[in-house]
Amino acid sequence: MKNDGISKERKKYLKKMRTNKILVILTQIFILVGFLTIWEILANLKVIDSFITSQPSRIWNTFINLSSNDLIRHMKVTIYETIVGFSMGTILGVAIAIILWWSKFLAKVSEPFLVVLNSLPKVALGPIIIIWVGSGMPAIIVMAIAISLIVTILEMLNGFLKTDKEIIKMARTFNCNKFQLLTKIIIPANMGTFINSLKVNIGLSLVGVISGEFLVSKAGLGYLIVYGGQVFKLDLVMTSVIILGIVAGVMYGGVLLLEKFIRK
Amino acid sequence: MKEILEVKNVGKKYQSKEGEVQALKNVNFRAKKGEFISIIGPSGCGKSTLLSLIAGLEEKTEGEIYIENEKLQGISSKIGYMLQRDCLLEWRTILNNTLIGLEIKGIKTKENIEYVKELLKKYNLYEFIKKYPSELSGGMRQRVALIRTLAVKPKILLLDEAFSALDYQTRIMVTEDIYSILRKENITTIMVTHDISEAISMADRVLVLSKRPGTIKDIHKIDFEMENRTPINCRQSPKFSEYFDTLWKELGVDEK
Repeated sequence: MKNDGISKERKKYLKKMRTNKILVILTQIFILVGFLTIWEILANLKVIDSFITSQPSRIWNTFINLSSNDLIRHMKVTIYETIVGFSMGTILGVAIAIILWWSKFLAKVSEPFLVVLNSLPKVALGPIIIIWVGSGMPAIIVMAIAISLIVTILEMLNGFLKTDKEIIKMARTFNCNKFQLLTKIIIPANMGTFINSLKVNIGLSLVGVISGEFLVSKAGLGYLIVYGGQVFKLDLVMTSVIILGIVAGVMYGGVLLLEKFIRK
Repeated sequence: MKEILEVKNVGKKYQSKEGEVQALKNVNFRAKKGEFISIIGPSGCGKSTLLSLIAGLEEKTEGEIYIENEKLQGISSKIGYMLQRDCLLEWRTILNNTLIGLEIKGIKTKENIEYVKELLKKYNLYEFIKKYPSELSGGMRQRVALIRTLAVKPKILLLDEAFSALDYQTRIMVTEDIYSILRKENITTIMVTHDISEAISMADRVLVLSKRPGTIKDIHKIDFEMENRTPINCRQSPKFSEYFDTLWKELGVDEK
């Protein structure tokens, strides 16, 4: 696409694209605001029971009040656990995938185990993890790792093995050794797969952390949700869920930034 | 002219769960320095396997191959190999794509980089060295792939259906370009193709392989008696259709 002499049609086209984009964003905002407004109005009119459904203004109040006392601490705990679990799950997963790519024998041997472990609901391992590493933060982090690890291994290994055979052949004609093949071809060719696993792992490690917190913790958003549910403080539960959504969104944004940086 | 390649009684058997397949048997031929040899044959006759054996990418099960009178063992550094697809690495710039062979072999010296840049200049790709492969046309990409192969200064170039992924027009143009590059650099070339016209238009000799197990059925000398031979000129010569007929019959009989 050259820039010299933009034609009328092109200007029109660009304008249309821009209007379209704005329209999409406006509609999104409208849906969100509309939803919150209707929720608030229905709660005020007592059409719905705000004791059970909570309502936006009460969530907002909880948010404001809790920031003055303890919400920040709970948020920090959850974010810390998620980031540690997320990075360790990803790093370990990629490392194991590399080992399995390197040794076909190991890959063959571990295949059935990986498949079974992948289908196994990792939350079922909760009690075992607690007994092994103790209740508290370590157990929660291990849970987050357990959930993201196997998927990362399978996803990355699959990507490695599916790397274009012709490109590998091309590298082999230059007599390249296995290490060069890994660093010059296999890994750079799978940056896309890596980014995808990062995106998936944000969600998975949050699942791990929250279900870990449900089981053992004395702090964190998962703890707040359980606590709020038990004492019927739906405002607290809703606030925590919304904060979780924001945390997930921010982490996703981080991965998108990383992606932009890598693809440059 | 000096002999640069000798293929002696070469054969290849593949092993698999289902059994044994003899892909090639008793293949014998020689190539002189600077010669262009095309190999044609019915599909599945082991043409590409033969190239893989010469490159050392696969182990032969019978016979010997000599390159410049040295017995071939493993992957030879004297051989360049071009595949059907250009196999450019999308995450590398054009320059870095052409340098990958030097990098892998650990000979990315100043002189060698200069040599590659010279090649890129000579063949009109220098202005694109900072671009990425996706920004280039199919024909240009194939030229970049050739320079990547030539960068390590191979004595023999193997072309494995190297043009068949291109559309017809690009293909004619790229053949023209690459033929002239190879002649200028005086590189011995062995090209496998399923396209009889392509084989005739470029080759000094055409080897015809039989169906499996592939063995050399016949060797045809191609001589257009021209001063400045180019693939397009050859295609226009009256002799072209004679050669085509002969080779066509030779392949056709086999297919029954």
